Amino acid sequence: MARRILLLVGTKKGAFILESDSTRAEWTLRGPFCDTWPIHHVIADPATRRIFAGGGNEWFGPAVWRSDDLGESWTHSSQGLAYEPGETPIKAVWSLAAAHGVLHAGVEPAGLFRSEDGGQSFAHLKGLRDHPSRPEWQPGGGGLILHGLLPHPQDPQQFWVAISTGGVFHTADGGESWAPRNRGTRQDYAPEDQRYPEHGQCVHCLVMAPGQPDLLYQQNHCGMYRSEDGGRSWTSIEQGLPSSFGFPAATHPRDPATLFLLPLNGDQAGRFVPEARAAVWRTRDGGATWQALREGLPQQDAYFGVLRQAMATDSLDRAGVYFGTSGGELYASADEGESWRCIARHLPTISSVETLVLDG
Amino acid sequence: MVQVLLPASLVRLFPGAPRQVEMDAASVAQAIAALDQRWPGMRDRICDSTPAIRRHLKVFVDGELANLTTPLRPGAELLVMTAMSGG
Repeated sequence: MARRILLLVGTKKGAFILESDSTRAEWTLRGPFCDTWPIHHVIADPATRRIFAGGGNEWFGPAVWRSDDLGESWTHSSQGLAYEPGETPIKAVWSLAAAHGVLHAGVEPAGLFRSEDGGQSFAHLKGLRDHPSRPEWQPGGGGLILHGLLPHPQDPQQFWVAISTGGVFHTADGGESWAPRNRGTRQDYAPEDQRYPEHGQCVHCLVMAPGQPDLLYQQNHCGMYRSEDGGRSWTSIEQGLPSSFGFPAATHPRDPATLFLLPLNGDQAGRFVPEARAAVWRTRDGGATWQALREGLPQQDAYFGVLRQAMATDSLDRAGVYFGTSGGELYASADEGESWRCIARHLPTISSVETLVLDG
Repeated sequence: MVQVLLPASLVRLFPGAPRQVEMDAASVAQAIAALDQRWPGMRDRICDSTPAIRRHLKVFVDGELANLTTPLRPGAELLVMTAMSGG
């Protein structure tokens, strides 16, 4: 059966969809969608083939856009996507996750919403903002955002969220109560004796290994980490990387020990690829060793960054890997990072990349 | 009756919505509620949860800058405009 590979791309000026067949040799581009609103995250629910795009427009506020026909037509809603009167209003939707028939949306200022009707209406999961650490959460460069959502693949009551800067939190009761999951992650911008707090770390990206819900990886503002106990404790795996700073991380679709990163040169050094030479860094052993993958990527004068949600893998064998840059270029590898090709350029700043593989 | 004038970038989000609407309303808030009745979700595009007119929108009643509580006289013109916003 013919397979279709869709890349769902969120940008500063709308959502785009690229499509190819299983060879992943030629790509066609459609868009911009969502009325060119700034879109932070575009995902698909593989169970329904429904596409969701979360963002926010300076004029008209936050919304989740939805397409039931793979991007041909779109509707939008923010019904229920609001805090109580008097609180700082929601500015934008930053992250989306569809699992167990439910859509979750993370927003700015940081908070979490749940939709049980396919994104037509939302309910606030107040437990997270009731956490006693909330007054200490601080906005990062992108604002005070809930940018990471990891549903447990089997247990709908469990999921993890990532907040910049609040850290990682976990719920085991569907969002009523939350526990911080940051032990072992560093906060370099605190006094020396306060660098391992319970919360407040600047998590940049949180991902889950395939088939192992307790095996998490985290790119942090201050280091790269691995947890084998669902985030209760974290171990640094940054040795061998060119920098402890970066934004995105992407797991392999089948191998829990394989991870792809795109480290940047440092938070106070420009935040572009080290030495202006682009590389995706891959581990095959859970972060014990790292390999730079450069073939086909620009090796001089590359002054781009890659944002936290802008790298993804597909589920094919061999896995495709994709990343989008701050300069609007989209790079693709059809061989697990061994070689790369630029498949789109001149797009707006790319916020997110996700994949959807369709059979027929 | 009052006349409500809507910006093109707003009505584009609600297929079938016209740029100009006639309705009965005694305040800006009532007019926006009536818009939301006809085109569900339009209130969320114009107002935030404070509640207030969104920061980058402006509403004028008979040429005067207004807010949600501004009254509308019979025959009034309510103009919704997008403010200058960059990026």
